[in-house]
Amino acid sequence: MTPKVVLLQHTQASSTPVEHVAHGQEGLMSGSQDVATVTQARLETTASRLRELVAHLRHQRAQLREEWARLITEAKLLTAMTKEEIFAEATSVYDNYVEALETGTYEALQAYARNLSERIIPRGVETHEVVGIVLLLRDVLARSLFATYHEDFNKLNRILDAYEPAANRIAATVAVGFVQERERIIREQQEAIRELSTPVLQVRERLLILPIIGVIDPQRARQLTEQLLRGIRTNRAKVVVLDITGVPYIDSPVANHLVQTVEAARLLGATVIVTGLSPEIAQTLVNIGVDLGKMNTVGDLQGGIEEAERLLGYKVVLMQEPVAHSA
Amino acid sequence: MQVPILKQGAYLIATVQSALTDEDLKQLRDTLVLQVSKVRARGVIVDVTALDVIDSFATRTLRDVAYMIRLRGAETVIVGIQPEVAFSMVKLGLTLEGVATSLDLEEGLAYLDRKGKGHEQEVRTHR
Repeated sequence: MTPKVVLLQHTQASSTPVEHVAHGQEGLMSGSQDVATVTQARLETTASRLRELVAHLRHQRAQLREEWARLITEAKLLTAMTKEEIFAEATSVYDNYVEALETGTYEALQAYARNLSERIIPRGVETHEVVGIVLLLRDVLARSLFATYHEDFNKLNRILDAYEPAANRIAATVAVGFVQERERIIREQQEAIRELSTPVLQVRERLLILPIIGVIDPQRARQLTEQLLRGIRTNRAKVVVLDITGVPYIDSPVANHLVQTVEAARLLGATVIVTGLSPEIAQTLVNIGVDLGKMNTVGDLQGGIEEAERLLGYKVVLMQEPVAHSA
Repeated sequence: MQVPILKQGAYLIATVQSALTDEDLKQLRDTLVLQVSKVRARGVIVDVTALDVIDSFATRTLRDVAYMIRLRGAETVIVGIQPEVAFSMVKLGLTLEGVATSLDLEEGLAYLDRKGKGHEQEVRTHR
């Protein structure tokens, strides 16, 4: 008996939810329509809120800009610039900021940020200052929104919904633009230093000198080899004097690299004379077991050049006693 | 690919035109060693400007050529090794020990001329 009852109950119970489901579906259908209209409406309101916001910021421009410049000075940011410069810069940043909010495109702002960075980096403006002023502007504008809409909390909320993502994105754009510009400058300078670090100089027909100053790291060693072998080819050199007086120490990979460079130069038909080996470097070369028969070494640069001249068949003759300069 | 061998005065000049197989290299070696006495050459120049790669077999063959030709009474000079090739050879430990090398054909000729002059002077002083 009991199971039957249960069954009955079941059918009864199952019949009712079906109706519910049907109801639910209806509800869901109308609900999704609602959602669609709501999103659309929200998009519209976001746009209109932004428009309202921009109008507000344009209206308050003079006052907010001044407030911002005051805060920058107070926070001791941009100390490298004068008050007038800060104010002028603040004006254009402000206008670009509002424009980015209005159009929603950041290309113009990005270009402006790069341009600004180019101008202020040489004056010693730091990353934290740039980030600091952009965040200050964000706060100044947010405060002004609070002040204007504090009576209508819902409206304030919606305005902030529109403002905050855009403002954060602007802050990120300016900061990233600044850092990228800095990195570009650093890369350029590194390149310049690298190029300056291994000069190849011709002293005489067929005679090159390569003075090296500072620590040789693997990358510099590679570059040195390249410059030396290329120099031999372009100058048709027979003898190269590699002066390492200015090198404090070398490790064994670099020492091996130097030895290989000397051998490669021989394959190009040139002799390398290494001069100015410090006691430490001599020790390293002996420790790694360099075949000294292959290395042509002379004590100092002068001796190296004299040896090179001898190899090339030059003979330096003193024509007369040096003439004293008379006034 | 056969390597053309030209006679220029007292010298033989072999100019490698393109990458060589091991067979080509052996043939070059045999031809040079044979020719050097036939034409009574005093020097041999092997120009490898066109080679992008010089491997261990090529290095050994070039060294063999130089040693064999010395035994046949002439001098050999390898010319035109590219800077990059030179450095990768050295990295592999291929240093052409005991073989004369020059920057290019002109330098190679100058090298052989100098060697020859020394020889002539020696002969003169002996008289």
